[in-house]
Amino acid sequence: MSKLEINDLRVSVDTEDGPKEILKGVTLTINDGETHAIMGPNGSGKSTLAYSIAGHPKYTITGGTVTLDGDDVLAMTVDERARAGLFLAMQYPVEVPGVSVSNFLRTAKTAIDGEAPKLRTWVKDVNGVLEQLNLDPTFASRSVNEGFSGGEKKRHEIAQLELLDPKVAVLDETDSGLDIDALKIVSEGVNRFKADGDKGVLLITHYTRILRYIKPDFVHVFVDGRVAEEGGPELADQLESEGYDKYVKAAAAS
Amino acid sequence: MTVTTDSVRSALEVDKVESHLHPAGSFEVADHEAPTGREEIWRFTPLKRLKGLHADAEFMRSATSCTWNTPAGVRIEGVSGDEARSLRGISGLVPNTRWAARVLAEVPSSLLIDVPADTEVAEPIVVDLDGEDVSVTEAGHVAMRFGAHSKAIVVLNHTGSSTIAAVVEIAVGDGADVSVVSIQDWADDAVHLSHHQARVGRDATYKHAAISFGGDVVRMDANVTYDGPGGSAELLGLYFADAGQHIEHRIFADHNAPRTKSHAVYKGALQGEKAHTVWVGNVLIRKVAEGIETYEENRNLVLTDGCQADSIPNLEIETGEIEGAGHASATARFDDEQLFYLQSRGISEQEAQRLVVHGFFNDLIRQVGVPSIEDRLMKTVEAELAKNVLREDAS
Ligand SMILES: Nc1ncnc2c1ncn2[C@@H]1O[C@H](COP(=O)(O)OP(=O)(O)OP(=O)(O)O)[C@@H](O)[C@H]1O
Ligand SMILES: [Mg+2]
Repeated sequence: MSKLEINDLRVSVDTEDGPKEILKGVTLTINDGETHAIMGPNGSGKSTLAYSIAGHPKYTITGGTVTLDGDDVLAMTVDERARAGLFLAMQYPVEVPGVSVSNFLRTAKTAIDGEAPKLRTWVKDVNGVLEQLNLDPTFASRSVNEGFSGGEKKRHEIAQLELLDPKVAVLDETDSGLDIDALKIVSEGVNRFKADGDKGVLLITHYTRILRYIKPDFVHVFVDGRVAEEGGPELADQLESEGYDKYVKAAAAS
Repeated sequence: MTVTTDSVRSALEVDKVESHLHPAGSFEVADHEAPTGREEIWRFTPLKRLKGLHADAEFMRSATSCTWNTPAGVRIEGVSGDEARSLRGISGLVPNTRWAARVLAEVPSSLLIDVPADTEVAEPIVVDLDGEDVSVTEAGHVAMRFGAHSKAIVVLNHTGSSTIAAVVEIAVGDGADVSVVSIQDWADDAVHLSHHQARVGRDATYKHAAISFGGDVVRMDANVTYDGPGGSAELLGLYFADAGQHIEHRIFADHNAPRTKSHAVYKGALQGEKAHTVWVGNVLIRKVAEGIETYEENRNLVLTDGCQADSIPNLEIETGEIEGAGHASATARFDDEQLFYLQSRGISEQEAQRLVVHGFFNDLIRQVGVPSIEDRLMKTVEAELAKNVLREDAS
């Protein structure tokens, strides 16, 4: 089971002029095994949605609910959410100087599983995943995200996705900054993760090109902190040719 | 961690105040007044807690045991009389404080570590200084002499309870490769005032690592001058201050010869009420010192409320012909973004903090480059963390 339900979610951030509402009532359900794409213009609140689901302290939830298989996600701490089965591949992964990738991965895996992974198989698993993502084995001894290229950071996020194997993955613009080969490699990683069948994926993107490799079941157009339109994969093609203009204008008029 | 890296120019602004890097030193005790605390070089130090070491405390019979290993080819022994006197000033030190002048004039013996020319000592020379009575005010002089093209590592390991003023002189011969590590792992009540003065020979490589965990007041001045062109100095520091502790590190790289290098990295963590650390990084590039390179960096990680970290880089440049000069200084709390990233992978807040602190010190511990103490330093960092960040009831 992996059902993520977001209901009328409202989120604000603190600014110098007081709180500013960014999410203005987001409702979205990701059922078992579904892949949803969220597409929207810059600043529409896509990352805010992703971070709010993951529990970033910068965002204040002012209304609504988020549940994972019926459990109240908003009541959980950040690490509890991850242990409950949520994963966020970040748009801008954070550097952690002095902490090696291998130490980080092992610590995370131990936390998620509640016990240390078996050394033998674990090393093999890590090396296998790094290789599939075309990351050099020396990667494991480098500091987390430090000095990684943009593409390496994104592939490192997907390596974590595969190794930690959550129930629901939120991918925030994992495709941006990738060349076509890297995009294929990353997409294959996501598809391997999805292959289990009951995994939920929330794929945030600007561009339709990743949707050629990762097939969405639903597409949502995100404008001004809300879902402005919903449809099947064909909606992505329409956005590709027409852009967000009409939705942005409609949102401005309302 | 939020990091601010300033250009050379902003460091230069500091120098609008009168330079304190050209003191006229003297071996005569009478030429020095006891400090009042208002002097630039004393303004951060809690003089009241020094038990008179900085002024006129009696230097009593030592209550600090001193033991060492003697690798083949090296002479290590306590010397007195004329030989001890002949060692005063072997680093080029001319005291600029009353206390250092007193140590050189009044302490009857010296610990001599003599590594002859062309001798390579693989095994670290470890001198254990273990304090047994904090009510005894005492002083010591250590003279390290490394011959040309010698290679050695010396570790001064301070434990227990002492109230001690120490002058450590280090003469690094031409082409030698020398590391001096000083570990201040004192008990809570120790008071330790020290001055490490090194003179780095032509084309020699000198590494100094200051590691301070324990003690009530620990102040160390680690200074370097050069005995010819091409010398290189790496000044490393790692400190961890707990509630009420004062840990002060000052460095002074005096580029008095052309094409010399200095590279300083000091990192500290602070936790608990009134934990106070001070880092003052003085670099002087004299007129003759063309083509030098210098970089100094101090980073502090503040783990709890109520701590204070002072960090002052100070660069004085008297020649325009330098290869490179820079500095960075940053004091920060835990970075929320780092903690969030780690926690978003299921790692608890405490464990995330632990990872970040270890990560903060890891590179530096490796740079110290003495495998036998790497492990110990990691464990000490862990033990320090256990006092606060990892305490069971810590929120
Ligand atoms: N601290 C803040 N103060 C003011 N506005 C903020 C703050 N943090 C975020 N915002 C605003 O919130 C809005 C939504 O930002 P968010 O990062 O969620 O957008 P996005 O849809 O992910 O954009 P992009 O496509 O560029 O990644 C933006 O207009 C942003 O400027
Ligand atoms: Mg975004």
